[in-house]
Order: sequence, then structure tokens, then C-alpha cells
Amino acid sequence: MAELTREQKVEFLKTIITIRRFEEKTIQLYQVAKIWGYLHPYVGEEAIAAGTCAAIKKSDYIISTHRGHGHSIAKGADLNRMMAELLGKSTGYCKGRGGSMHIADTELGMLGANGIVGGGIPISVGAGFSCKMEAQGRVTVCFFSDGAANNGVFHEALNMASVFTLPVIYVCENNMYAISMSACESISCKDIANRASSYDMPGVIVDGSDPEAVYGVVSSAVARARSGKGPSLIEAKTYRFGGHHPNDPAEYRDKKEVEYYKSEKDPVINYKKKLIDEKILNEEEIKMMEEKIKKAVEDSVRFAEESPEPQLERFLEEVKSI
Amino acid sequence: MREIEYREAIREAVIEEMNMDPKVFLIGEDIGKYGGAFRAYKGLLDMYGEDRVINTPISEGAIIGAGMGAAITGYRPVSELMFIDFSTLAMDQIVNQAAKIRYMTGDNLRCPLVIRTQGGAGRGVAAQHSQSLEAWFYHVPGLKVVMPATPYDVKGLLKTAIRDDNVVMFIEHKMIYLLKGPVPEEEYTIPFGVADIKRQGTDVTIFAYSNMVYKSLEAAAELENYGISAEVFDPRTLVPLDEDALIASVKKTGRLVVVTEACERGSVASDVAAKVSLKAFDWLDSPVKIVAGLNTPIPYNSTLEQASIPHKADIVNAVKEVMGI
Repeated sequence: MAELTREQKVEFLKTIITIRRFEEKTIQLYQVAKIWGYLHPYVGEEAIAAGTCAAIKKSDYIISTHRGHGHSIAKGADLNRMMAELLGKSTGYCKGRGGSMHIADTELGMLGANGIVGGGIPISVGAGFSCKMEAQGRVTVCFFSDGAANNGVFHEALNMASVFTLPVIYVCENNMYAISMSACESISCKDIANRASSYDMPGVIVDGSDPEAVYGVVSSAVARARSGKGPSLIEAKTYRFGGHHPNDPAEYRDKKEVEYYKSEKDPVINYKKKLIDEKILNEEEIKMMEEKIKKAVEDSVRFAEESPEPQLERFLEEVKSI
Repeated sequence: MREIEYREAIREAVIEEMNMDPKVFLIGEDIGKYGGAFRAYKGLLDMYGEDRVINTPISEGAIIGAGMGAAITGYRPVSELMFIDFSTLAMDQIVNQAAKIRYMTGDNLRCPLVIRTQGGAGRGVAAQHSQSLEAWFYHVPGLKVVMPATPYDVKGLLKTAIRDDNVVMFIEHKMIYLLKGPVPEEEYTIPFGVADIKRQGTDVTIFAYSNMVYKSLEAAAELENYGISAEVFDPRTLVPLDEDALIASVKKTGRLVVVTEACERGSVASDVAAKVSLKAFDWLDSPVKIVAGLNTPIPYNSTLEQASIPHKADIVNAVKEVMGI
């Protein structure tokens, strides 16, 4: 694989920090009940979305999960429209009808976050058929979690994607917990990537805190898919820094384990350090990047707060026609 | 007019739509060389090839997911569930995913997906292959539900379903695939939400759909012997339901018998009876009567199976009751 350019590396960092700051802001807004319902922050897992979406084109499709804000941001979503959706406003991606778990956009090729664990996996088969039938070299990336890998449709979909040689890249974000259920106690094999052998596709494990490593393995899988060789399964080992949602203290986890990942595997800290060590950015430039991102996130909150609520009269009219 | 079988009418609809729109494709179990469990797709693999007639493993969730994923990316798939009983294996994809996506995303993603399936008893295939589960889908906002009774209706409605931008549950009945009926050579479509009066009458309205249309027509013929003029009202599509035409029919006849093969509890028939009672009470000369299947898993034994679903005699008796004779 070709050396990564400076611009690519800077972009990785920018995406990772943008996701982190966006998520931190959503947690704050959740705590003051401006965002309600369910919120599943992607904090700690940012490098997977950043590395993966950098390896595909805007015209490619992604299928996301309930913990999906990072995927949308990495695919190029507008923070304003995302935040507006989280606040239930009419200017949001789904006009306030979807919320955190259902952000989707045709133009972005974002085929939907999903409130059902594993719910997006079968949809990847259809998006894969679509890419294959079009024959324009388009691919579909399907994000899912360790929890979803135990759902029956995982088997149906990966088998079918393989049988029909579909250009789909399955990216399992193994953050070690399905709410409180640990992956170690719920998965019959050591690594989810091993399951790829059942479907006669490559199965690769990657450090999900390292955007360059993720970019590398996803790029290989994308090249394979574009050349008509079919699907791949990538297992990105990662960690959910917080609980399942902001109100989950996650007491079922060992404190030492949490401390280890937060100190050793934080993609924001690690990648900043790497780019400084490699003299790609200096501290001042990173500070400027942070400030720019902070402003963009704050602007998104302002945009969302100033946006109109969906009109009740219009809703009632629409309901009549459904 | 020429007469063709119900399954041949399905085949013609699919061929016409596939010829017209290259985005239409078929996906399901045993639809390739086998031509579908009821042979509605006979010869289509040879005509359109494996890319447009996709023969799948037994993976109902992925069959619907495949249809949905293709639908939201610009195709018009027809996903097939061999038996409506197997929809249980795909319920997340139908109810949580496909039915919701257009609304939930603020119309950002559209899902022009047809789910072709069939249900009903009478074939001796027992409790897991004979159910009438339309009420499940009728209940879910975001799904259209179509249940055609005749070759003419199945062709015109399937063409409309394929062109619709929403998810359509297209539910056939296993006992009528070989029935013949008039179907014009020329192209036509039938809009959703437009009922068809299968027989005009003045004394009582019999609301019936799918296979029950035939039993109701038999009953209406027999009722002539008692001097009763029964109107057989076939909604053809349950969602959207042609309520205006139904109310108009009831206003004309003053009496309503609702027939369904499904068991009564939580059924479409109960809902229709309630709607008419709520909206046309003043025009009713007697309480609405429901003729439904028994509250039982469908038994294998023929005598028991036949006893578990409505027949002509049940409809005749119900009509006599509402007529007070």
C-alpha cells in the first residue's frame, strides 16, 4: 500500500477529534435533557470510522448502528443537520422523526443508523446486490458490533454475501460489551474474525484505536471488493470508553480494564502524539484544529437550537396519507 | 376475453414490469430453475438470467434485507417469502426496518419493495404452512397490504405494487393459483384503495377478500334461493382500505357480514366491523356479523382443517341471521 500522505494523516486526526468533541457535546446536551430518548456515544471508537470512511469514496454506501454518529461524521455528514436531528428539529437529517438511532442520508450514501442490534446486516446484502448489479465499482461497508455478531441474521447475511460475491466490507466494532454482556462470555470463538472462514472470506483483526491500521485493512478489503472478489470481514478491536449510554455507570466492567484502555488506547491522545512525533503537526497547529472543531460543534448546537420544531399540523396531515 | 390462471397472471405482471424497468428484479427461495414453489416464475430464469432472478439460500431475514437494501439504493425488488408463515423469520426486516425507513428518515430514503407471499388453509399442510397472518401487517404503519382474489386483480395490483414507492405486502392464497379468470391481453393496472364489487346486491353487503371472495360468491348465489340479494364487496387492498365504497355499500344494503379465513381475534374482519359500526351505525338495520376461522392452529386432518375455516354454509347462515330469517 502506498505511504499515507500528510493530508491523509491530518484528516484522520481531524475526523477523530470532530467525532470526540461532537459526542462530548451530545452527552452534555443529554444531561440537560436537550437530547432525550437514547444516546449511544462513540467515544473511544473514533479511529474505526475515521480509518474506514477514508478508505472508501463518497459514492460508496455505509450501513451503521445504534452507536452511529461517528460513522455519519466520518462519511462527511453536516454537523448542523446531525445536531438538529438529535434535538428533534425539522432541519435535521430525518426532519426530527428519527433521532440519534436513525440518521440516514441518500446523498451521503449513509443507509441508516439502526435501533435494532444486527438490523443493518441483512440490508447490506441488498446494498451489495445493488452495487454489483450497477457494476460501477461501488462498495458497501456494513458496521456492526460484537453483540450483533451473535444475531442469527449475521450468518444469513455473510453467507449470502459470500455466495453471491457481493462487494461488501463487514466491519465489526468489537468494543467488548453488548450493553453489559462481555464479548468473552458471549462469543463462542476467540475472535469474531475467525467466523469469516465459515463464509470463505478473509477475516482480519485490526487495532481499532489506530486509524492508519484500520485504513490499511479496509483499503485492502475495498480493493478486493471492487475487483469482484467479494466480501471481507474485519474485526476492529476497540473499547467503549463510557457506558452503553450516558446514564449507564458501567459497573459491570473492571476499573483497571477501563483505565487501561483510556490511558493506552485513546485514539485522540495516541494519534495526536503520533503526528507530533512524526512532525506532521505541532502542538500549536493541533490547538488550532481543536479550536476550529470546537467552534463547528458549538455552531451545530446553535443551529439546532435556533431551528424550528416540526410542525404539528403538518405531521397530522402526513399521518392521514400514510 | 381470454382466461388465464392466477399464477400465469402473476407471471405476466412480473414479465411486463421487468421488461419496462431494468431496476425490477426478483429474489427468493427456489425461484430459479424451480420457478417458485407455485411455479409463478416458470421460465423467468431463462428469460432474465441469474442477475435478475436471484435464487437464494433459506435465509428469510436476508431475503427481505436484500430487497430493502436494494430498494433504498435505487432498485425495485420483489422479495419472495415462500409461505407467509415464514415471515416470522423476517419480522425485524419487515416491521422494524422496511416499514419504517421512509418515514423515520424524513423521506430521505425510499423503499420501493414488494414482498410477495402466500397464505391460507385447505391444502393439508398443517399449522406452519396454512396461516392467514395479514392482520399482523395490516396493523403496522408503513406497510401496504394487498390480497387479490382473481387473475385480473392479481395482475393489475402486482404491477401497481412494483411501481409503488413503499413497502407492499402482496399476499396471495395457495388454493387459487390454478383458478382461471378473464385477463385482457392489453396492459392495465389497478390502483390501490379501490374496492371491486364482485357481485351487486341490495339486501346485504358481504365483505370478503382473497379466497373468501369465492366462498362468498357461492353463498350469494345460494341466497338467491331465499330471495336475498347479496352484494359481494372485495376491498382487494386492505391497506389502503376503500372505506368510502364500503360505507356506500352498507348504506345501500343496510346490513354487513364480514368474512375472513383468519381467526377472529384481532383480525382485519373485527377491525372492519368496528369501522362500519362506528361510521355507519345509523344505516345498519342489524348488528354486523363476522364469519371467521376458528381460534386454532390449522389441523392437518382434512375434516378438522375444513372445519377450522369458513365455508359457503357459514356465510349463508350469517346472512340469514342478519336478515332475520
